[in-house]
Amino acid sequence: MTAEAGEDWTAHLLAVRDRQDRVAFAALFQHFAPRVKGFLVKSGTSPALAEECAQDVMATLWQKAQLFDPERASVATWVFTIARNRRIDMARRAARPEPEDLPWGPEAEPDQHAALELAQETALLGDALARLPQAQRALIEKAFYGDLSHSEISEQTGLPMGTVKSRIRLALDKLRQSFEGARG
Amino acid sequence: MTTTIRHHISDRLLMAYAAGTLPEAFNLVLATHLSLCDDCRARLGAYEALGGQVLERSDMAMAEGGLAACMARIEGLAPVARPQPRPARGVFPAPLAEYVGGGPDKVKWRPLGMGVRQAILPTSRGATARLLYIPAGQAVPDHGHRGTELTLVLQGAFADSTDRFGRGDLEIADEDLEHTPIAEAGEDCICLAATDAPLRFNALIPRLLQPVFRI
Ligand SMILES: [Zn+2]
Repeated sequence: MTAEAGEDWTAHLLAVRDRQDRVAFAALFQHFAPRVKGFLVKSGTSPALAEECAQDVMATLWQKAQLFDPERASVATWVFTIARNRRIDMARRAARPEPEDLPWGPEAEPDQHAALELAQETALLGDALARLPQAQRALIEKAFYGDLSHSEISEQTGLPMGTVKSRIRLALDKLRQSFEGARG
Repeated sequence: MTTTIRHHISDRLLMAYAAGTLPEAFNLVLATHLSLCDDCRARLGAYEALGGQVLERSDMAMAEGGLAACMARIEGLAPVARPQPRPARGVFPAPLAEYVGGGPDKVKWRPLGMGVRQAILPTSRGATARLLYIPAGQAVPDHGHRGTELTLVLQGAFADSTDRFGRGDLEIADEDLEHTPIAEAGEDCICLAATDAPLRFNALIPRLLQPVFRI
């Protein structure tokens, strides 16, 4: 269920990016398509539409594989941002202006170590999330599923970060540091 | 450039931005700040990673044949190439420049009196975005706050009794905030603001001018 250090999804996506590897893509699909579907259903999308959208999100993953940068995002993070943007499009809730896609510093050679560190920190974050008491984890999940309206979040002061146990806070801090380290 | 930014996106807003649950006007202000601020971009990356881990826990079985259907979709798709780095930016970072169609000279300003100008930007319901132009030394039109108001400085600076906000700084004001910020002497001040409360700003001009331009 959680991000265990089983499959190296980064290597799979790089194989898709660099040589259109269909076997690697099939493995990515088997793992991530059901998670995109579940994410969208829990966000209020009907199962039939979520199924369609999951295929769509995975097709986007293939199409935009050239944009994947393992120093900036794990595969799970990247899939999440594609699924999130798809959900925003679907709801027509709001157009989503994206920040300028700036380089983080002088263009560096691909850094395997930075990518690995990012993947490890992301896995730590997944572990921290898994170990949270259920009620606190549910708050975070609701925030990402869009179940908490903006005003609901406002009403509960400091929520959800204020109620999050220190370990997830720490994991987030470490992750942020690894981003800043990768900036060069 | 980014080292001078002192006022950043709060955790609550950044997490909601990462989750994609904010109204468009807020997204615009935050995307513009993020375009100027490496620090918040790094924090956003952490919140998006948290979203990725929520997704990892959201497993739900797909119907048979999903992969084959997906491969069929892919056949018709042209790959998307990595975009070229953009040239140096002007006063408006890319997300805002796209709304305006360029820089400050492309904004359809409307006068509010005393040299102050504003332009409401078209965004979806739920919140309103506008640009404000305040001549150096002039009081910033303050209309009291209902709901949350975000104000991002793009040029010049403003200050109130407690703090100073320069280019890239984001002021997050809730309804409790009562203040009369004043644009600094020197450069005219341009701000991008968004509020989720109805604007009481340009409805009845004579009645509004008093609270708006109190100094
Ligand atoms: Zn910032």
